[in-house]
Amino acid sequence: MLDSKDRIFDNLYGFEPWNLDNAKLRGDWDNTKDILLKGREKITEEVISSGLRGRGGAGFSTGVKWTFMPKEPTGKTHYLVVNADESEPGTCKDREILRNEPHKLLEGCVIACAAMGAQVCYIYIRGEFINERYILESALKEAYDDGLVGKNACGSGLDIEIFIHHGAGAYICGEETALLESLEGKKGMPRLKPPFPAAAGLYGCPTTVNNVESIAVVPTILRRGSSWFSGIGRENNTGTKIFCISGHVNTPCNIEEEMGIPLKDLIEKHAGGVIGGWDNLLAVIPGGSSVPMIPKEICDEVLMDFDSLQAVKSGLGTAAVIVMDKSTDLIKAISRISYFYKHESCGQCTPCREGTGWLWEMMEKMARGEAKKEDIDTLLSLTKRIEGHTICALGDAAAWPIQGLIRHFRHHIEDRIDQYQKESNQNYG
Amino acid sequence: MTVRRLADNQDINFKFDNHDLKFLNSLLENYPKDKKQSAVVPSLFYAQRKAGGWLPEKAILAVSDFLDMPKIRVLEIATFYSMFNLQPSGDHFVQVCGTTPCWLRGAENIKKACKDYIGQEREVSKDGLCWIEVECLGACVNAPMIQINDDYYEDLDYESTVKILKDIKNKKNIIKGSQIGRKSSEPLERD
Repeated sequence: MLDSKDRIFDNLYGFEPWNLDNAKLRGDWDNTKDILLKGREKITEEVISSGLRGRGGAGFSTGVKWTFMPKEPTGKTHYLVVNADESEPGTCKDREILRNEPHKLLEGCVIACAAMGAQVCYIYIRGEFINERYILESALKEAYDDGLVGKNACGSGLDIEIFIHHGAGAYICGEETALLESLEGKKGMPRLKPPFPAAAGLYGCPTTVNNVESIAVVPTILRRGSSWFSGIGRENNTGTKIFCISGHVNTPCNIEEEMGIPLKDLIEKHAGGVIGGWDNLLAVIPGGSSVPMIPKEICDEVLMDFDSLQAVKSGLGTAAVIVMDKSTDLIKAISRISYFYKHESCGQCTPCREGTGWLWEMMEKMARGEAKKEDIDTLLSLTKRIEGHTICALGDAAAWPIQGLIRHFRHHIEDRIDQYQKESNQNYG
Repeated sequence: MTVRRLADNQDINFKFDNHDLKFLNSLLENYPKDKKQSAVVPSLFYAQRKAGGWLPEKAILAVSDFLDMPKIRVLEIATFYSMFNLQPSGDHFVQVCGTTPCWLRGAENIKKACKDYIGQEREVSKDGLCWIEVECLGACVNAPMIQINDDYYEDLDYESTVKILKDIKNKKNIIKGSQIGRKSSEPLERD
């Protein structure tokens, strides 16, 4: 378990005010100038050796991502864009950072800009987080007034501007290139890559997009040292992570814990256990709605980190743990996720635009049992025809939850079909 | 994807006044001078507020004039992003999260409460309330939850939802956020 002295987000629940004075008492903005004066290479090296992997879902090394930015000035503005468009079902960690620890994020933005040679940072916050945006805007004003952001930020000699931009309710804008399109004032439709954003991103300029949590932990890593961060968790899966535990647990909550904590410990120690006890557990979606579910047998042992969950054909994703007990209609639960992806498909790629609708319709039939057993294979084959055949990962994200359901709970679907047939025979036979 | 069309009844006047233009111009300062289009979402959002919570065609046109954008480009944005209401949505616009994490904890009961006390989905009641089911609002550990205008109401059940809706009708003050008295998303046992 994470020692409380190793916690990064001391004010995760907002027991203390978020404002600058209180943030400084918690250690934020403490001699940021010295960190900035270390220079690009040193800061990036430190973040790479800390082992920090992106907290938005993909898990790519944050420091390595920064090195993709041009080393020399290109005559264009270089941008950092912070992805605060948190909308993966199950995930609500960035919201707490935005409203309770905004100065950690803002300080992280300044440091990350220095580390990648960016002059301008945009924070793209989801449209629904209106009050969170007001707090972030007030915090930004405090930081500007205090000389921490803007010309000669923190007295470092660097000019770093931060702007806040908001969306208007489109899950797809969490995909980094869709987010850039949206920021340019267009429909949020993902771009073909390459070119990657580091070469041609926002307004065609070099850009790096990072998740809120990835940026907000950077100041603490640089203050306490990369070896402190890499000493927490497991090899290649280091540091602390905010887990969001929702669904059938006694005390759903956000909690910062070490990477690699056993799933069972996470649920029992922090979320008050599964409703009705551990043996009442049916399945868990461990990383936000996009990743395949895992049944109780796997939950008994699995560790919560990128590599452990990948090894059981699921993923850490955003570390949003959705717990489902034995009262859950799993088929319906996944069908509701299928509806979500149908609703959120941007419509650009045919396999996703058409396929997500078919998936949902078939899942609804499966939930009623109004299908043939061969249809399960048709459904599986449909997911394979969407997965990997679209510009962005939304198609994959729509396919995986269904694949997870069929992989582990095919018998549930078959039982439902049998039951439906039995009932209709009784009615009409 | 969802099909979204402009309202049939467009009988409403809309024009930005000087006060509005001052605010809209301040938005432009966030973007490079030649990238005014970037302000389209915040501008439409502002226009929606001014129009009383929805976007009539005249508001969309006003934004297209202000940003020197072709009308079709602004229409695309207004129909693409789900927070732009293309139909009137009442004074108290209730969005019920129905995605799986909320569904697991009883979002269906919250929908029922809205149906019982407001009426059919998307219809504006005579008290100015209107409700719709929306996709994940990002407060999953505080499920089930609703958003009314700007504010989140969390940790709900049928009774507490009905109470909130009644209090709105009776113009009483309502506590925002968690309805079981917890701070943000701390772990807290329910009674």
